[in-house]
Amino acid sequence: MIKENAVDFWDKVMNLDRRWVYLSIAIVVIIPTVIPFQVPVATTPEVKKVFNFINRMEAGDYFYLGIDYDPSALAELDPMAYAILNHAFSKDLKVVVGCLSQFGVAMAETRLAELSEKYDKKSGIDYCFLGYRPYPAIVILTMGVDFRVTFPLDYYGVPLDSLPVMQGIKNLMNVKGVVDITAGNVADFWITYGNGRFGFPVALGVTGVMSADYYQYLQSGQIFGLISGIKGAAEYEELSGFETTGLASIPYQTLTHAIILIFIVMSNIGYFVTRGRKKR
Amino acid sequence: MKKQIPIYFVLISGIVMLIQYFVPSEESEWLFTYANDWVIVVGIFALALGIWSLLRTEFKKLKNPKEAFYAGTLLFGYFIMVFTGLKREWLEAGHLHMDLFNNILIPIQATIFALLAFYVASAAYRAFRARTALATILLLTAFIIMLRLIPLGPISEVNQTAVGWILAVPNMAAKRAITIGVGLGAIATCIKIILGIERTYMGHD
Repeated sequence: MIKENAVDFWDKVMNLDRRWVYLSIAIVVIIPTVIPFQVPVATTPEVKKVFNFINRMEAGDYFYLGIDYDPSALAELDPMAYAILNHAFSKDLKVVVGCLSQFGVAMAETRLAELSEKYDKKSGIDYCFLGYRPYPAIVILTMGVDFRVTFPLDYYGVPLDSLPVMQGIKNLMNVKGVVDITAGNVADFWITYGNGRFGFPVALGVTGVMSADYYQYLQSGQIFGLISGIKGAAEYEELSGFETTGLASIPYQTLTHAIILIFIVMSNIGYFVTRGRKKR
Repeated sequence: MKKQIPIYFVLISGIVMLIQYFVPSEESEWLFTYANDWVIVVGIFALALGIWSLLRTEFKKLKNPKEAFYAGTLLFGYFIMVFTGLKREWLEAGHLHMDLFNNILIPIQATIFALLAFYVASAAYRAFRARTALATILLLTAFIIMLRLIPLGPISEVNQTAVGWILAVPNMAAKRAITIGVGLGAIATCIKIILGIERTYMGHD
């Protein structure tokens, strides 16, 4: 009788209505909101390298920050942009910000407006916001020659030549390196046309699903660092001490992954139990 | 003539730009910048064509009662965003254009993307079953990768090493094989286009 009940249970598991899966996910996503808790985050060498790159620069050094993502990837990538910009402004670094995604420009403008106020930074003096241009490959190749070819004016319509921050800086070869935060194939263009053609150091911040694609470039030295997904963002926040939503998002992701793993284990047990019965 | 001119044009510009890439000189840089200006000009025409095509299609849909609501919403959104962004200073934070972007577009896109979590969970439940040896390898790999976000004390440290190995060794080998394959394919296609063997870009005429 007990054995029959067990078999019935696993039969039900195997034919579980997907709405139960959806409900479980919804519940575990709500839990950290109701009962807040923290999850320890282990830092990885690839994120440490990006952190060290920013951290070792001295006040007045330049780097290029690419904000090349859409709102759909905002949850994963925005904490990276926030943490890196916070880190850079707190060290008085000069940041050249550009967008190769049409939606990135509005997000970059909002973040820059917010953080420049926090650190009392002025556009054109402490940072330069180039805005958006289409055709990533061409824009990268052209910025490798001269920023002014593609961006004669900054986002606010001021000629680049008249900006104090852009004096003595002609192209991407004059910056210490590039950190590109992207949710698309812009990353490939930075590797191929940025590092490949001009040889300047490139680091990437990408979504979790993209990260597996870019480990090959890490080993070959075509990128010097890689921040992947919300975990990478949390690692950067942990290292830099600038917390936004990266570390806060980890409990949600941990519980969601845990419930998915439980479902996978249950489905496999169910599979073997019911398969054994069919064989008999 | 209609076909020969574009083929010769592609042949000459393809060979010139190929040589330009490997010649680091001032003239070469000038040529590159000049050619890129042309790409942007062509792109602007494509943008205008895209807008015209979108508006024509959506205005046609307005006549159909079943589609009118969606077409109307799209056109309303399109014109609102165009008119609120006509002046450069309106594109700065604190103006209506940016408020619409931050409070409507961002939540919409983020919500739609977040819904993927539910589908991924359901798909993982059904797909990750150890039916064959290859499926078992996939299952174990996914299990190890997902486990890295769950704190399990000393097991987490071992798991982190396993994740690092999976990403840096088998994953990298497979990705490189794919990348090299794609690269060789792209080179072959480019050569075929430059030499006029591949002509589908001219359409069927």
